[in-house]
Amino acid sequence: MLSEAEMREIEEELSHSPSKQAACIEALKVIQRNRGWVSDESLAELAEFMKMSPAELDSVATFYNLIFRREVGRHVILICDSVSCWITGYDNLVAHFKNKLGIEPGQTTSDGRFTLLTIPCLGVCEHAPAMVVDRQTFWELTEDKIDKILEDFK
Amino acid sequence: MEKPLTQNIGADLKPASLADYEESGGYKAMKKALKEMTPEDVQKQVKDSNLRGRGGAGFSTGMKWGFVPMGENAPKQKYLVANADEMEPGTFKDRYIMEGDPHELLEGMILAAYAIEAPTAYIFLRWAYKKSEEALRNAIKEAHNKNYLGKNILGSGFDLELYVHVSAGRYMCGEETGLLNSLEGKRANPRAKPPFPQACGLWGKPTIVQNVETLANVPHIIAHGAEWYKNLSKTDDGGTKLYGVSGRVKNPGMWELPMGTSAREIIYEHAGGMHDGLDLKGFLPGGASTDFLTPDHLDIPLDFDSVTKAGSRMGTGTMIILDDRTCPVAMMANLEHFFAQESCGWCTPCREGLSWCAKILKAIEAGQGQMEDLDILKQHCEQLGPGNTFCALAPGAVEPLQSALKYFREDFERHIKEGKCPYK
Repeated sequence: MLSEAEMREIEEELSHSPSKQAACIEALKVIQRNRGWVSDESLAELAEFMKMSPAELDSVATFYNLIFRREVGRHVILICDSVSCWITGYDNLVAHFKNKLGIEPGQTTSDGRFTLLTIPCLGVCEHAPAMVVDRQTFWELTEDKIDKILEDFK
Repeated sequence: MEKPLTQNIGADLKPASLADYEESGGYKAMKKALKEMTPEDVQKQVKDSNLRGRGGAGFSTGMKWGFVPMGENAPKQKYLVANADEMEPGTFKDRYIMEGDPHELLEGMILAAYAIEAPTAYIFLRWAYKKSEEALRNAIKEAHNKNYLGKNILGSGFDLELYVHVSAGRYMCGEETGLLNSLEGKRANPRAKPPFPQACGLWGKPTIVQNVETLANVPHIIAHGAEWYKNLSKTDDGGTKLYGVSGRVKNPGMWELPMGTSAREIIYEHAGGMHDGLDLKGFLPGGASTDFLTPDHLDIPLDFDSVTKAGSRMGTGTMIILDDRTCPVAMMANLEHFFAQESCGWCTPCREGLSWCAKILKAIEAGQGQMEDLDILKQHCEQLGPGNTFCALAPGAVEPLQSALKYFREDFERHIKEGKCPYK
């Protein structure tokens, strides 16, 4: 069931959307903010609330890179794999992540602490290579810098 | 050298407050327009300035606005949308405006909305720009408090509500009609044109979608006039331009310079030249979806027509540098992987063709290519080109590829002949 807090947040979005469907991406984000990801059950509950079919809502949810339809860890690392970051060292940094965390991009560490995902372009190409952890952007990355950043995310 | 767009933007990218912005002459253009000019006057001044869209296509802004139905019989509900998605790899210029001087975008939007008589506007913002979001939401609040937004702005009878919509991430959201679908809560598939959004856009109403840098130019044009604006430029395309450089240069960044500044000046003076020990092999002049240019093109003026004449596109004006130690085949594999992944899948040539290109390039890079692959890639460049797909994603995606095959063919052939990447 959607919680009262979730319903309130979604209603808030609906109040300045001219159609109910227009708020569905925001509503998916509300679910994700509260539950970490959008499970099949959550999606079905939300679809009912939004007066959409689950298939229709899922077609929107799966289109966008930042709506997670699989469970993620406590912290999500989004490492930019686009051209400027690639030129300035993406491959080495991903190899470092693999060594450090023992996971490939797309996987979650066994302790559920980190999920590593690649992401197209973070818009800080002049400070490449870059990544986002949760909501924070980090740039001009080196292996040492990554080690220090990861220590701060327990 | 006048730098109207970035005059309030400091190195720390601290957002200019409403007071800072007004101190530098901000909101004077809005007051002047609402008091002394009709919407048609604003349209005319922008058209006379020869302001061309800074999002990539370079279409005349005044002419675009001119397609919106106006007057008594026009629909009362119209929309203005600032395209702040900026998800083209290598492009980061609009972020500086939104983070450093959010009121400049707001004033540009108020003027543009007034010019097309739109009472509602949206900023479609990419998710990664958290600081921009904070700066814009705060600026909107400040502008509301002074009645620069809301009902009956400064007693002029003009109303405008402005909302920020944060994307859930997808390159297709930057395409004009894909963006509109996304705002309506749908997949960001492109729409068939015609009808064009100027007549039938968001929720079927007349809509203008305009890039952030383009809108940020409008207050300065209205404040100082079309002739002043045209004279900022070194060439026929009016104004200044936010040029950027990324890649292995000494000082990557963004600079406001006269339109028509050469790539040589931008790369070697402002970006500090190549890292020690590296040479320039090529550059994408305006983001990932533009054709490579080479050191032979360093002296052409970077404006819309000159870059087109040289065989590329001005695009966003933010360059990506290819150095002589970076493998051009691997770079192409990276670029086509991006475009294949971000294709919305709506039309077959783009969905199937780009992923095929990406796979071929990966195989060549790994030393598993065949000479025939180069013909297949060339064929794709033609078949995915303009007019063969639903929108501009695939034609943009094959621009760097077709030029890489032209300028760096030897590199492709060496990978195939030697059965490995010669850069490793």
